[in-house]
Amino acid sequence: MSSETKATYKAQSAAAKRRSIQKDEERQESRAAKQARKNQTRMVPVPSQSIVPERDVGKQPILECRNLGIDFGGLKAVDDFNMMIGRTEIAGLIGPNGAGKTTVFNLLTKVYQPTRGTILLDGVDTAGMDTAKVSKAGIARTFQNIRLFGSLTVEDNVRIGLHNQIKCGMWSGMLRLPRHWITEKEYHDKALELLDVFHMADNANDIAGSLPYGAQRRLEIVRALATNPKLLLLDEPAAGMNPSETAELMDTIKHIRDTFGIAILLIEHDMDLVMGICEGIAVLSFGKVIAKGTPYDIQNNPQVIEAYLGKQEDKGGE
Amino acid sequence: MEQLKKMSASTRSTIITYGMVIVLFAVMQALSSAKVISSSTTGLLVPITAYVCLSISLNLVVGISGELSLGHAGFMSVGAFTGIVVASMLADTITLGWARLLVSMLIGGMFAGLAGFLVGVPVMRLHGDYLAIVTLAFGEIIKNLLNNLYVGFDAKGLHLSMKSAQALGMEGGKIIINGPQGAVGISKLSTFLFGFLLVLFTLTVVLNLINSRTGRAIMAVRDNRIAAESVGINTTKYRLIAFVVSAALAGMAGVLYGLNFSSIVPKKFDFNTSILILVFVVLGGMGNIRGGIIAAIVLTILPEKLRFIGDFRMLMYAIVLISVMLVTNNKTFQTKLGMLRERIRRRKDPDLDLVASRAGGDGNE
Repeated sequence: MSSETKATYKAQSAAAKRRSIQKDEERQESRAAKQARKNQTRMVPVPSQSIVPERDVGKQPILECRNLGIDFGGLKAVDDFNMMIGRTEIAGLIGPNGAGKTTVFNLLTKVYQPTRGTILLDGVDTAGMDTAKVSKAGIARTFQNIRLFGSLTVEDNVRIGLHNQIKCGMWSGMLRLPRHWITEKEYHDKALELLDVFHMADNANDIAGSLPYGAQRRLEIVRALATNPKLLLLDEPAAGMNPSETAELMDTIKHIRDTFGIAILLIEHDMDLVMGICEGIAVLSFGKVIAKGTPYDIQNNPQVIEAYLGKQEDKGGE
Repeated sequence: MEQLKKMSASTRSTIITYGMVIVLFAVMQALSSAKVISSSTTGLLVPITAYVCLSISLNLVVGISGELSLGHAGFMSVGAFTGIVVASMLADTITLGWARLLVSMLIGGMFAGLAGFLVGVPVMRLHGDYLAIVTLAFGEIIKNLLNNLYVGFDAKGLHLSMKSAQALGMEGGKIIINGPQGAVGISKLSTFLFGFLLVLFTLTVVLNLINSRTGRAIMAVRDNRIAAESVGINTTKYRLIAFVVSAALAGMAGVLYGLNFSSIVPKKFDFNTSILILVFVVLGGMGNIRGGIIAAIVLTILPEKLRFIGDFRMLMYAIVLISVMLVTNNKTFQTKLGMLRERIRRRKDPDLDLVASRAGGDGNE
């Protein structure tokens, strides 16, 4: 045994002795003194990784994920996912293919039930809710592979989006009570108003499945907006769009945020779009958040570059 | 302008369907009262209306809700036998035939709807083919239950037994349902007029339902369940609504059917009957109410009309079925038909084509 190790050993045992004496003393302390000591506990700000736009500071964040995770068998598809989104933030979620971005969306909308962690939507825990209830609570989404009601008209798709906004019972509809006619009028007006935002009012009577690709993507966004969400999740909104369509989409997304005053979280591979409109960005790799920050931070983050492009081997050697 | 055009398109289709039913009724009524058609065909009129109702109601589940139900005859028999019991019990209370039929029909429909609810609640939580399996089993279970059911009615009230007619302990009175021998001595209350009214009622309920908030939700679930959930639609609830409404309507049609014969056995409502109704729906085009009505009428009359070829009757029936399926789903045939239609239209008025379609639109507004 070297002298160095001996010294550490000694120091450790001394520390242990001290601790046991301390414990004895503690036991002797009265309850009142304990209480007093508790009150004196010094509170320090928890270092938080969360960032929100300056204008949203001081307001309840619209979405807060804490330690969110899901396992598929032994695979941790998403692990320890933390994110906070401000009330009117346009946030981005990026990462290499298979990083778990869409899984995060599926967790937020409860298509999958999370294995771990908490989702707070506007301060309300969504635990125990199903997809429909989450929608009512205020999360709307679009899908990576378009999921429209293909055999119905464009207007009907939006009307279905308005399902929980304008209510009319089964009997009113079946017996054509006055309530039915009133709500049908409301449905029609509201649907056209929403379609107009995307200049799609002229297509109101077309069958949704027959629309061109870009229009189908836009219709999905309209349908999602019809549910009157607080948070809109867009899963690759620019997929399959050409640069000019993408530029138009960027304006539209900003326009939605400004008109409806909602937060938007988007998954996108088109970096022009992400860097162009996202205020806060989280980077996901193998189910874990590896970086968070402004577009500038992300672009210069070595970990992000490594995740996307791989690491360059040190060629020099020793 | 756009909206008005669209409204008129969906309303136009509805009006055509109603119009078709009314015209068909008027023609058949005139023919049968003028004794132009044979008595065997006249005897088919009420069953045809019952089958039309069943076709419309099953279309709600198969075409609109997108589920496969193989037990529609089960709901029909629940309605039929409930209706027969109610009609027999009320024989002295309500002397008016049509009123008794109406009350029986309402109660029969309620019982069938209840059966649909009880079957649907557990099954609608599942997805895939489970509904088909469970409804198939339901049809068989109901048939076997009714085969062992004895119901009698006397001064003391209703007697039920699952053993034998003796176990009822009747004091006089009348045995309404006698196990495998089924219901006998039914007073024939159903008329063609009432059948027609039931068709109109069924049609109204189903078409109104489809063109309402509830119907849109049902079709949304059919088109894309995940998307429907994501816009906040409770998929279980709307699938259940479609299923229960369909079951209740099938029960009412069952009452009409049951009260058309002097005796009826539970074996009548077996798997083959369920499939027959499903064939109406599939042949008419799933979700196509009008097509289902036509298929029900043609396929009920066809076997009777093919009697003259004797043993080859069912063979011909099968050939007709197969060829209709093949031809209507043939792309080449569809394009040819479309071209033909276009040519006829052009020949009719070569220049006024656009004007005519515009005028048509305006006429409906």
